Amino acid sequence: MVTAVFDRARRVPGSRERAGDLLFRLTISGVAGIILLAAGALAWQLARESASTWKSFGLAFLWTSTWDPVSDVFGVLPFLYGTAVSSLLALLIAVPLGVGAAIFLTELAPKRLADILMFAIELLAAVPSVILGLMGIFILVPGMRALGAPYGVGMLTAGLILAFMVLPYITTITREVLLTVPRPLKEAMYALGGTRWEVVRGVSLPYARSGIVGAVFLSLGRALGETMAVTMVIGNTPKISASLLAPGYSMAAVIANELAEAASDAHLSALVAIGLTLMVVTIVVNGAARLMLYRLGSRK
Amino acid sequence: MNDLVYARRKKVNALMFALTAVCATLASGTLLAILGYIAWKGGSSLSWSFLVNLPKPVGEHGGGIANAIVGSAKVVGLAGVLGIPVGVSAGVYLAEYGRGKYAFSVRYAADIMNGVPSIVVGLFAYALIVHPMKKFSALSGSVALAFIMVPIVLRNTEEFLRLVPGTIREAALALGVPRWKVTLFVILPTAGRGIMTGALLALARVAGETAPLIFTAFGNRFADNGWLNPIATLPHTIYTYAISPYEDWHNQAWAAALILMAFVLVVNVTARLWLRPRLT
Amino acid sequence: MAATEIDMRPMSLPAESSATPKAMPIAMSVRDLRASYGAASVLKDVNLEVRERTVTAIIGPSGCGKSTLIRCLNRMHEAIPGATCDGDILLGDRNALALDPVLLRREVGMVFQRPNPFPTMTIAQNVAAGLVLNGVCDHAVLAETVEKSLRRAALWDEVKDKLDAPGVGLSGGQQQRLCIARALAVEPRVLLLDEPCSALDPIATGRIEELLLQIKDQLTVVIVTHNMQQAARVSEYTVFMLMGEMVEYGLTRQMFTKPTDKRTEDYITGRFG
Repeated sequence: MVTAVFDRARRVPGSRERAGDLLFRLTISGVAGIILLAAGALAWQLARESASTWKSFGLAFLWTSTWDPVSDVFGVLPFLYGTAVSSLLALLIAVPLGVGAAIFLTELAPKRLADILMFAIELLAAVPSVILGLMGIFILVPGMRALGAPYGVGMLTAGLILAFMVLPYITTITREVLLTVPRPLKEAMYALGGTRWEVVRGVSLPYARSGIVGAVFLSLGRALGETMAVTMVIGNTPKISASLLAPGYSMAAVIANELAEAASDAHLSALVAIGLTLMVVTIVVNGAARLMLYRLGSRK
Repeated sequence: MNDLVYARRKKVNALMFALTAVCATLASGTLLAILGYIAWKGGSSLSWSFLVNLPKPVGEHGGGIANAIVGSAKVVGLAGVLGIPVGVSAGVYLAEYGRGKYAFSVRYAADIMNGVPSIVVGLFAYALIVHPMKKFSALSGSVALAFIMVPIVLRNTEEFLRLVPGTIREAALALGVPRWKVTLFVILPTAGRGIMTGALLALARVAGETAPLIFTAFGNRFADNGWLNPIATLPHTIYTYAISPYEDWHNQAWAAALILMAFVLVVNVTARLWLRPRLT
Repeated sequence: MAATEIDMRPMSLPAESSATPKAMPIAMSVRDLRASYGAASVLKDVNLEVRERTVTAIIGPSGCGKSTLIRCLNRMHEAIPGATCDGDILLGDRNALALDPVLLRREVGMVFQRPNPFPTMTIAQNVAAGLVLNGVCDHAVLAETVEKSLRRAALWDEVKDKLDAPGVGLSGGQQQRLCIARALAVEPRVLLLDEPCSALDPIATGRIEELLLQIKDQLTVVIVTHNMQQAARVSEYTVFMLMGEMVEYGLTRQMFTKPTDKRTEDYITGRFG
């Protein structure tokens, strides 16, 4: 009688799933599968709807600059240029501002003040982009005109609005990274007689570099894909101009403006092709951002 | 000589920190400037009748944005109904069973979805629903917004579940409770506050999205007409009014912006205050 | 040892004498138990018998495998990814390793090192959690169980007026007694305690020791402790573990006065390490 109890074949492994456990796991893993499905469907739909454009223009679509829906000739270069230039302008403005603000908030400001300012900066990230666009149209554009810009709308205006959009990301991430700089490193520099600023420049910023670069890429990803704020102030003119004060156009903006009214299938397909291009670019940029931030995480 | 160098270094120090203070003031002052300006411009055009009336025909003075408020509530509400359960379930899956290739690819797909520009999500909903149905619809707008919500809710859910101490799970398992019940009735409620707050923040985030609605929900100057017809939303109304040539519509855009901003602000501030005692 | 027949005699115990307490039937026995985390082996061929309605203490320096041993008894050990155990564990005459771990844990309850009441539940809900999660919803039964379990855990008088207050609002010692009440509510036959007092002050510790002496009339208690005085105060039997091995197992009184193994003596007299 007792022997049977020792029969090891009857052992129930601790990892065995009961029926309820199995059902639960299958259910939620099934729901999680919706995400795979959705991501797959997104790529497939964009590829399918834009297929005819790629077929008729090939990669020349990316570097020709005629955009003529009436005669169905499409080249995306002016939009690529506008997206790239407005985003780079945004970074040029936002990175020094954001890093500077982060330095002030970590190194100089008393904790209470830093908390309050941080709260305001994080809330800035929650402001809907259409509202930033509204501010752009009615404050920034007249302001630029008053300062002598011929149109008011244009690349620089778009870059400015985008800068305020990505500023919170740069500030928040930079601050988080600066907070992780080990005290002993900083103290070593102080012990050498360094001033506070020299410690920031010589120790903290180099230490935080890859985090800041990650934040920059993340912001770039956001800026490239931003639609509303840009559409409302960039001027919506598919031309490549050397002047930053001249109106331009961006990839997201042309989709927003033309898709609902696209009359021909070719026009529609070309707009989806722009969307696909935009998506691929942002995925690459975001991947780079994650890589930088991940490297930072693994160093800790 | 040495003293001179030191004085110079001290000057640099003071100058640079003064500059950083200016940066911080600019960064945080922007929010105040925006809020103040919207309150000033929007407040003057805001009235009860603006909230409860439909828009007047184009060209006529006055009218309200009742349809956009209702429309936003409906589109965002349905997006929540579609997106939150998917995001939470997938978050539970990743937190509880998140090993292996399948979980890795789900996490990866969610990461990618999170970075896709919202206008592209709008294109997707357009290709998926609007194009085949040959009609702009509230439903397609909700699907686009749900798509944006899912990865946000998922990541937030996973993070908060991982904050639940392992000892809580052990305590429940040691009572002879099956794992799925432990997850569903002990772990999930413990992280409940964080998960709900995250879902709320995601709702506030998509309530301000305009780009994916331009060619899905499309907009409508009349009262809401069911899920399969075009519908007005607050952010889209702000956009169309802002780029219109009419002074009256500009004022209405500011008033609508005030309402949208107030909603977003209230949700964000409440969420932070609500979470604070648990997180620190 | 050939796994064909069980030697029902306590293994390392001396023959019964008038000085030993009346020998109880065996509640759980462990044969050739090995356990590991991944490749790291933490238990080597442990053999042990736990007698019904007694308190058995497991002592030893940290890292000796005493927590792993106790966690094997209700198979919580296997809930950790990568953890395995091998050998035989008997609960009465049933093979615990052939039982569903979930069902086994209802008969072999556990209290952990740090008090871990469910943070979202009230005091009453905490106590009733085991029953409610297993489908009991009769309010009268639940109310009765809550009171009975809290009384057994010597907590009733302190909390009877605030059963609807959150469990995490109690003091550390009260929380730990709440966790004991929660474990008792599912009526286990064996209660395992993994260093239950290590996070508590001396007064709270004293109350828990008292309550252990009371509840052992109704169930079997196994307690892991790093505190030798505690083992001496509450237990009839003591197990001494060292580096994954069971060095000595015997009557507490005997072990603390005349240990048979040199290593036990060194540990008890503080000459260890």
